[in-house]
Amino acid sequence: MSGYLPLTDADREAMLEAIGVGSVDDLFEQIPEGVRFDRALDVPAALPEAALVRRLEELAARNADTSRELSFLGMGIYDHYVPAVVDTFLSRGEFLTAYTPYQPEMSQGVLQAIFEYQTAICELTGMDVSNASGYDGTTVAADACFMARHHTGRSKVVLAEALHPQVRQVVKTYAPGFGMEVVEVPHDGGTTDPARLAAASADAAIAIFQQPNVFGCLEPAPDLAAAAAEGGALPVAHVDLASLGVLEAPGRYGCAMAIGEGQSIGNYQSFGGPHYGFLAARGEFIRRMPGRIVGETTDLEGERGFVLTLQTREQHIRREKATSNMTTNQTLLALAGLITLCWLGPEGLRELGETCAALAAYAKERVPLALAFDRPTFKEVAFRTPVPAREVVARVREHGVHPGYPLGRDYPGLDDVLLVALTEKRTPADVDRLADVIQEVTR
Amino acid sequence: MEVIFEKSKAGRRAGRVPAYDLPAAEIPADLARARPPRLPEIPESELVRHFTALADRTFGIDTGFYPLGSCTMKHNPRVNERAAAIPGFRDLHPLQEEDGAQGALEMMWELQQILIEVAGLPAVTLQPAAGSQGELTGLMLMRAAFAERGEHGRTVIVTPDTAHGTNPASVTMAGFELAKVATTDRGDLDLEDLRAKVDDRTAGLMLTNPSTLGLFDEGIEEIARIFHDRGALLYYDGANLNAVVGRSRPGDMGFDIVHYNLHKTFSQPHGGGGPGAGPVAVTRALEPFLPAPTLVRDGDVFRLDHDRPKSIGRVRGFAGPFAVFVRAYAFMRAYGPALREMSDTAVLNANYLLARLRDVYELPYDRLCMHEFVLSARTLKREHGVTALDVAKRLMDYGIHPPTIYFPLVVPEALMIEPTETEPKERLDAFVEAMRAIAAEAASEPDVLKDAPHRRPVRRLDEVKAAKEPVVRFAFEEQEAPDRIETG
Amino acid sequence: MAASESYPDDLRYHPEHDWARVEGEEAVLGITWYAQDALGELVHYEAPEVGATLTKDGAYAEVESVKAVSDVIAPLSGEVLEVNQKVVDEPEAVNEDPYGEGWLVRIRLTDAGEVDALLDVEAYKAHVADQ
Repeated sequence: MSGYLPLTDADREAMLEAIGVGSVDDLFEQIPEGVRFDRALDVPAALPEAALVRRLEELAARNADTSRELSFLGMGIYDHYVPAVVDTFLSRGEFLTAYTPYQPEMSQGVLQAIFEYQTAICELTGMDVSNASGYDGTTVAADACFMARHHTGRSKVVLAEALHPQVRQVVKTYAPGFGMEVVEVPHDGGTTDPARLAAASADAAIAIFQQPNVFGCLEPAPDLAAAAAEGGALPVAHVDLASLGVLEAPGRYGCAMAIGEGQSIGNYQSFGGPHYGFLAARGEFIRRMPGRIVGETTDLEGERGFVLTLQTREQHIRREKATSNMTTNQTLLALAGLITLCWLGPEGLRELGETCAALAAYAKERVPLALAFDRPTFKEVAFRTPVPAREVVARVREHGVHPGYPLGRDYPGLDDVLLVALTEKRTPADVDRLADVIQEVTR
Repeated sequence: MEVIFEKSKAGRRAGRVPAYDLPAAEIPADLARARPPRLPEIPESELVRHFTALADRTFGIDTGFYPLGSCTMKHNPRVNERAAAIPGFRDLHPLQEEDGAQGALEMMWELQQILIEVAGLPAVTLQPAAGSQGELTGLMLMRAAFAERGEHGRTVIVTPDTAHGTNPASVTMAGFELAKVATTDRGDLDLEDLRAKVDDRTAGLMLTNPSTLGLFDEGIEEIARIFHDRGALLYYDGANLNAVVGRSRPGDMGFDIVHYNLHKTFSQPHGGGGPGAGPVAVTRALEPFLPAPTLVRDGDVFRLDHDRPKSIGRVRGFAGPFAVFVRAYAFMRAYGPALREMSDTAVLNANYLLARLRDVYELPYDRLCMHEFVLSARTLKREHGVTALDVAKRLMDYGIHPPTIYFPLVVPEALMIEPTETEPKERLDAFVEAMRAIAAEAASEPDVLKDAPHRRPVRRLDEVKAAKEPVVRFAFEEQEAPDRIETG
Repeated sequence: MAASESYPDDLRYHPEHDWARVEGEEAVLGITWYAQDALGELVHYEAPEVGATLTKDGAYAEVESVKAVSDVIAPLSGEVLEVNQKVVDEPEAVNEDPYGEGWLVRIRLTDAGEVDALLDVEAYKAHVADQ
């Protein structure tokens, strides 16, 4: 009997008697005989806690995490610093073990936290309304397409090719179910040409671009938003929260929505998840938003309180006409994001952006490789490698350094491009080390 | 209480970011931020107090009994949290070369093997982010399978009227039409109605078994036959899997596709609404369509296979919500084959509560239940004007989280109660006493219930006001200048 | 304040709890006391566009309370001439006065013969009693 199960033999007997059956097996006689499972589960034997931890540590030891390799991997997930206060509150049982706050009197704390998260996301993105989070930076793009489909009545989705490939793949997986088709706009020398985006956006419901884009380059974002709008498509920017202390808010350059992956603010890398996707929009879209939204109200005595609001949008009420099928979201990870943003404050968020950008500029100077694109950048830089980038990665890793992501994995024409990410956790000395190792292996 | 933005004072701060002795990078002026976001300026001491106060105003399983039907609010073992925080898992980049992620991939592979055994189906994807995304994935698998067979006319998905709202919502998002099937007086799917609605246009069925009434469908074998005879497929919504682990397997019941809720059955903490994970298991015939990449084993080496020409594509970023996998894996390895006792105890606890409450609340379906059951407050409403909502609010004053209310829709004034296996008998007895006391109060002093709760940080909240004039972000005193460009 | 239960004699009723006040070639439509009571206080009215076509027994609008949303079923076919802006602005008008201030749309009938198929007040009251 597992230690997670609290009944004693005496308890069990008393309970069976109250029910009026002789054994636990009797309770399962309601299952038709033909579909009863009558052998022991063939799964590995139970491990006591100490042995379990040893097994997990053995597995973990075979992973080259960023404490064991000097890593410059980015491409959507970043090794930014997670403040200690995040660990403190994510292990508070009240936050950790509560469910969706359907009963507001039991859940004022988590409701208020979500309200504060919504406010912070709106501030960062320049939008009027944010939901309580989506699954990740890919699925919020599909959500935005579903909203645009119903808002515009149009069925075409325009994606910049310089939008993260996984975001594009997820949109393409979802689109047929929405009755939508996807067209992609190729990049020109590392960024998206507004004229080509405008042409593709004619008759489109939505146009999504990424700022900074997947190559680390800064898009002419205001021009792209205007280009999308020219064709009548809703302009949507996929942005990095960690950039929004130094880069302009999408709401201030004409976007209808701002979406993205929240991991860079407050979440560990965790091999890709769980993290939080964010989705914020102008006020006119409030009734088309997917997922939970928290609103402020008052109680019987006029005291301020918070509740889930506009729930008639959601699946548990609107069912087949809901704005989304989402139930579980990513509240705990979004809470980590909120705490991190409060810990940073406006100054800290600006400094974060400035430090990353300064390190990236330093890397451009120090790394002995040509730049793949002649464009302004933020925290990632694409370098041209003299041999396929995969080979450079393999050789550099032999020195305990992971130099970044070989873009050829997703972009067949870019086999000789290496994407190097700089966060505030790297130092100028780390960049020097990267430069030296690359120098050595490409000599 | 004040929101954190009201506690802000210019010039204060908590964290500092490293600043290196490097020249500042140039950001083109037209792309640079014009005015800073109004994040709170607050010292770490006050930040900690703020979030401590918020935690104090939140009720979790750690606080007390939480019999929220359909949500499987079981204890979350703390070793799972320790596991997820091991640096080799926590600080691993998802695009690490596979030779640097073998431990992560092996763990995921082992997790898949356990899930395969539990479901009785041979292939699994871990990618979906939640149960509802698992549903959508399952429906896309159906579409892909029928498209390959050239059966483009299969556009209808059947769900029972007791289904979770996610089922019909997923049907719409996947581009299918919905057909609803009625429930019999015993709480099973109405086979006659079902036969009338299954035809050549039917793609499949979505079913929770046990149902949202907490009842195992006695006609499940016949249901499977009806669909398979017509060439249609069966989807198992694993929301209630906690009832049957080691006792019955969806694959053996005839389901072709199954999703698991790792955050319900396998104890990922619910986190105030998430994260979760919704892995999907399928038959061999459907395996080629699973989302890419899939995880494969070559001898002692594990790798992600992106070369999957028939795949429906990717449904989420990277390899799925990995830290959820770590916790679920730790949970399953702690149990081993005794996972069956987990379900046994969940079912025993639920039936015990049912036995002790059936004389004071109406029981619409008079049968043994599985891991949860549904009572009705209809009699209380008729006799005393007390609703399920009032009962729920009053339970709060007894220090108990209310059950799910007003669901499933087929039961008026529904109270859906799921105790889970991790509650000792004393907690169950305290709940019984509270529910019986409330039923007595409904007769003697109904106003106490209608005004409840009386002992929470706030009184009953005005949800009408919140919906009519939505305030969904803090209103700063100094409003932002309306200088943005309106487009679209 | 919510109105008390009533079903005026001069209206015709649809079993989905909608009423019609037929005035020559036109009709005013709304939902009954029973419908608004079942929904609770309304917080949103998703009205059709003026000029939209209504088909008898089809949904033409939505009304929402905090915890429920309901299609509004057209008791008669026609073309929308006017939408009650008061209900758009203050949906609770339906709860306060379902047959007066809380009307939803005015339509031009396309088939006056359909009126005969609707319930009269006694038949509707009997229908409500069965619910």
